[in-house]
Parts: sequence; C-alpha cells; structure tokens
Amino acid sequence: MMTKRLRLLSAVLMVLFCCNAALAASTIKIGALFSVTGPAAFLGEPERNTAQMLVNEINKAGGVKGQKLELVAYDTGGDATKAVQLATKLIKDDKVAAIIGPSTTGESMAVIPVAEKDQVPLISCAAGIKITEPVKKWVFKTAQNDTLAVARIFEYLQKHKVSKVAILTVSDGFGASGREQLKAQAGKYGIQILIDDTFGPKDTDMTAQLTKIRGSQAQAIICWGTNPGPAIVAKNARQLGIKIPLYMSHGVSSKKFIELAGNAAEGIRLPSGKVIVADLLPKSDPQRKSLMAFVQDYQKHYKVEGDHFGGHAWDAVMLLKGAIERGGTTPATIRDQLEKTKNYHGIGGTFTYSPADHAGLTKDAFVLVEVKNKDWVLVK
Amino acid sequence: MELHQQILQYLLSGFSTGAIYALIGFGFAIIYNATTIINFAQGEFVMLGGMLSYFFLSVVHLPLPAAVVLAVLATTAVGIAFERLAIRPLKNATPLSLVIITIGGSILIRGLTMLIWGKDTHALPSFSGSEPIDIGGATILPQNLWIFGITIVIIVVNKLFFNYSITGKAMRACATNRRAASLVGIDVRRMVLFSFVISSAMGSMAGIIIAPLTMTAYDVGIMLGLKGFCAAIIGGLSSGFGTVLGGLLLGVLESLGAGLISSGYKDAIAFVILLLILFIRPQGLFKKADSERV
Repeated sequence: MMTKRLRLLSAVLMVLFCCNAALAASTIKIGALFSVTGPAAFLGEPERNTAQMLVNEINKAGGVKGQKLELVAYDTGGDATKAVQLATKLIKDDKVAAIIGPSTTGESMAVIPVAEKDQVPLISCAAGIKITEPVKKWVFKTAQNDTLAVARIFEYLQKHKVSKVAILTVSDGFGASGREQLKAQAGKYGIQILIDDTFGPKDTDMTAQLTKIRGSQAQAIICWGTNPGPAIVAKNARQLGIKIPLYMSHGVSSKKFIELAGNAAEGIRLPSGKVIVADLLPKSDPQRKSLMAFVQDYQKHYKVEGDHFGGHAWDAVMLLKGAIERGGTTPATIRDQLEKTKNYHGIGGTFTYSPADHAGLTKDAFVLVEVKNKDWVLVK
Repeated sequence: MELHQQILQYLLSGFSTGAIYALIGFGFAIIYNATTIINFAQGEFVMLGGMLSYFFLSVVHLPLPAAVVLAVLATTAVGIAFERLAIRPLKNATPLSLVIITIGGSILIRGLTMLIWGKDTHALPSFSGSEPIDIGGATILPQNLWIFGITIVIIVVNKLFFNYSITGKAMRACATNRRAASLVGIDVRRMVLFSFVISSAMGSMAGIIIAPLTMTAYDVGIMLGLKGFCAAIIGGLSSGFGTVLGGLLLGVLESLGAGLISSGYKDAIAFVILLLILFIRPQGLFKKADSERV
C-alpha cells in the first residue's frame, strides 16, 4: 500500500517537475539581494516586499512580452560577505538574468566585482555615489545620490542669502558620505561651514554639540543622519531654544521622524523623494502616476504606507521590465537596453541612463519639504 | 553665548545622562555584590522598561502612570524568570560561565523583543510637558527634572533599605561573605533572587525615565548597559554613592568632551576611563582597596 502510494506520488512529482521545467523555459529569472534582517532591515524589508508585489502583478497581467518573471530573493542580513556569496549563488546556481540590490552601499561595493566579472547587470538600491562613479559597465542604481539632496538644500539657502551654516552629521556611512558632500559643495554655493560636528548613531543626547552651535554665528543647521539621531537633535535644539532653521537629510523623510520628534519637528525642512508628498504634487508632475500607483498598491498589500526604499526596488523592477520589453533577453542584451532607458518616470525620479551616467537622475528627483502640523508641505 | 553659559549647559546635560548611567550602574553593583557576577543583561532590563511602557501606553492604551508601573512589574518578572531559569539551576558554576550566560540571556531578550515589537524606534511622551526651563542661560526640560528626582528617590530608598531593613542587611551580609551569611541562617539563594528583583526594577525605571528624551528601540540596551557598567566600575562596584559619583562623572566628562573637544571622542572618553580605572585602580576611584563592598 505504502509503496504504491509512494510510487503514485513520485509519478505526480515527476509530472509536476516536467511541467515546471517546461514553464521555466518561458520565464526570466531576476535575482534580488536585500538586507531583510539585520541593521539595514528598514531598507531591505520594504524593498523585498515591493519587488515581490510588483513581480506578481506583472505576471498576473501576462508577464513581459508573454514571458513570466521569477524573483529569486535572498536575505543578506546586511552582511557584505554574505551578499557576495549569495550574488555568486544567484549567478551560478539560479542563473538569473539580472540582479536587483543590494540594499546598502557597503554590500553593493562588495558585490560589484562579482557582477562585473560574471557580466550580469546589477541594479543597486543603495544611495552611495561610489556605486556608479566612476561608471561600471554592468552596474546601475536607482536610489538618489546624496549629492542631489545636498544641492537641493544649498540651492535653497543660497536663494535666501544664508551663507554661514553648521553641520552635524552621524558617524556612520550615511553621515560620512553626507558630510563629504556638504563640505565639497559648500564653496560652489558660496556657503561657509562654521562648525563641523558629529554624533554617534546610538547617542542619546546631542545638547553638547548644539550648545556649541548656538554659541556660533551659524545661520542654519544641517543635520545628516537616519532615525533616531536626528529626532533627538530636533528635540535638543528645541530644548536649547535654538532659533535658526534646522535642515535634515532625506534619511529621515518618513512619518516616523515626525512621530519620534513630535512638536520639535515643526518647521524642519528637508530634501525628500516625492513618495511622501505624492498626493500634494501638481497634476502636471510626470512622476505622479507611478507614485500614486506604488503608494496605493503598497498600502493595499502591506497595510503600511509605501516609502522611498520600496520605491528603489519598484524602479529597479520597472527598469528591468522596460529593458526586457525593448528586446533584452540575456544578461548582455538586458544591460544594453538598460543603458538606453530614457525618461522613465519612476518613484525616485525621472531616469535617463547613458553610457556616461548609470545613476540617471537630476536634482529634480528631490523636492524640499517642511513639517507643518505633523505633516509634510512642499516648500516652493 | 558666553562660555560659562555653555559650560553650565554641558554640566546640566552631563548630570542628566550621568544620573541614568548611575541608575544602571547600581543594578550592576547590586547583582555583583550578591552573586559576584557581572550581569550583562542589565542593559536589556533598561531597554525592556522603555519598550514595555511604550507597549502599554500606545498599544494597550493605558494612562502613563499605569503603563510605567506595569512596565516595571513586567521587567521585574523577566528579571525573576532570568534568575530562576538561567542563574539558579547552575550549581557550582564558575563566575565566568555565569557571566557568559548573562550575555547569552541579553541576546535572547533583545532578539525576542525584536521579534515581538519589531525593529522600529519608538517615542514616549514626556511625563509633564516639554517647555524648556531656563537656568542661568542654560536650558533643561521638565523631563530632566523627573530624571534627577526619580534617581535621587531610588538611591535614597536603596540606601535606607540596605542599611535599615533586615532583608537589606542580609543582602549586605551575603555580599561580605556568602558562606558566613548562610551559616547564620540567611537564605543566600533568596538574596540572589532579591538582587535580581531590585536591579531589574531599577534598570527598567532608568529606561522609562530616559525614553521621552532619547526614544527607545530593541537595541538601546547595549550602549546604555556598557555605560552603566563603566559607571559601576568607576565606583568600584559598590552599591553606595561611589556608583552615583561614577555615573555623574562619566556623564559630565562625556558632555564636556563632546562640547569642548569633539563629539567624535564621546564614547572613546567613557571607554578610556573604564580601561584606566581597570588598570590603575581596579577597586574603583572612591575607596581603598579591600574595603567592604556595600
């Protein structure tokens, strides 16, 4: 009895397996490396969710040119070594046509040599400028460069005749990169950095740094970090009665920041991708359609608001879809078509890749927003 | 802004952080004195205090005082469970293996908290308003006053408990000599349990009063725990005023260092002090070698 059943079962399995193999012929495998757990989980989780959601939807709508997409997603845990191993696995074992991710700059830099050597296109979801500068043949990215965010703030300051600022950056990768850009671009906008101070990612009190700034001639403070540090900076600045305007980075452009900083968030300005203000954008904005689709879709599936990070993965999948639609089928042809992407109005901005630019965005990708009554408003 | 006003601000900020370090350090000292082990899960009690009061306040929607009391009770329950399940069953274990067990316990508590409440940072409302108070050009928040007040109350109550109650005296006896204490009829194991009760309650209180200022997340316990440990080491692991002074000293030095030198050295200052003390005065800054520990 038992053996009979087993035989039947294995026969069924065989049939299923054959079907699978037959089906597999018409699917395109996309690899994904996201740090779903670990310190960068706040990036990887929405990215994985978004990529899976979008791939499912594309398949439900008939796939790309009749071919289904298959997402093979692995969790790197934010570990660069693991990311490299998994990238190799994706290429050698899963034989993917392209890879989306990793989530962080460190992991991306580690995976780049693998993608370059094995000639598989990689669309990183991390922001570090080093990823696509200098341009690497097989590497693209969707997250906005820090450079663009810094330019947005400085441009606004210059317009309002602010020339002396204090910068306060977190001492991790994100803050260090922001600090570098702030210092590099200040001169171009006629801005002088009077105080250049830092805080640790786990620090609980920044009054000392802010007291020093309060005692200086600075006309504005620019704080560069990700939660919770900047929320503490906002609270401390309010405690110290600091009257000069406080600017933050796009690293805190989520409702979470307003929730954490409470009243102290009022009046703070920051450059941000357009996701959080999707409903405030003028009808004429070319990104509006993508943005609304992403935000509503994410809300429906995961019961939370979609954020920028999910947007990076959305853009990566859509860019690949575009490349496959234009005729990409193998890693090499997909790469060539990716590079020809023109005016794709995505979540992070309007992408136009070229052989000299694999980041594809301009500073229009950012808008300046201000916190008013616990919500965002656009700063004109 | 005048320099002396700046210095005053650094001092006030330093005292406030230092008070928290002292409370956490106290927890280390109490358990050390009862068991001669360093309980590295102390930082997790601090984290649990903050996270549980967030849970009772924002998820269960209880009023703040009730949430605080429940959070302290729940953390204490965790402290008791920890002692019962991880420390007591080990007969004749060396202090070293017990210390490693506490590290394991802390990772477990942190991991469970992450699984239950996620990785997000959460804010707790201030106990009474957030309008800054001006003191001679420096400003502090009402929450800082709560921190000072509650720390003083806890320390005074502890002092009274250890000096005047029978249980407190029994715990001191254990600290001085466990064998002799058990010979005169003191239940040493019960005293160890008590030490976990007191230090987990104290740690959770520290986590609760600081959360409105610094926010709370599943991983805040590591750094706060280490700083509290520094405070306790500076104070020579006494549960007396040595640890209090150690905490305040650490807080003030950090704040002055960040303000006058560079904030990059803030954590370095704490750990350099820790190393110096361990090398030069392992018995702590404030007492002679080989004096009694309480």
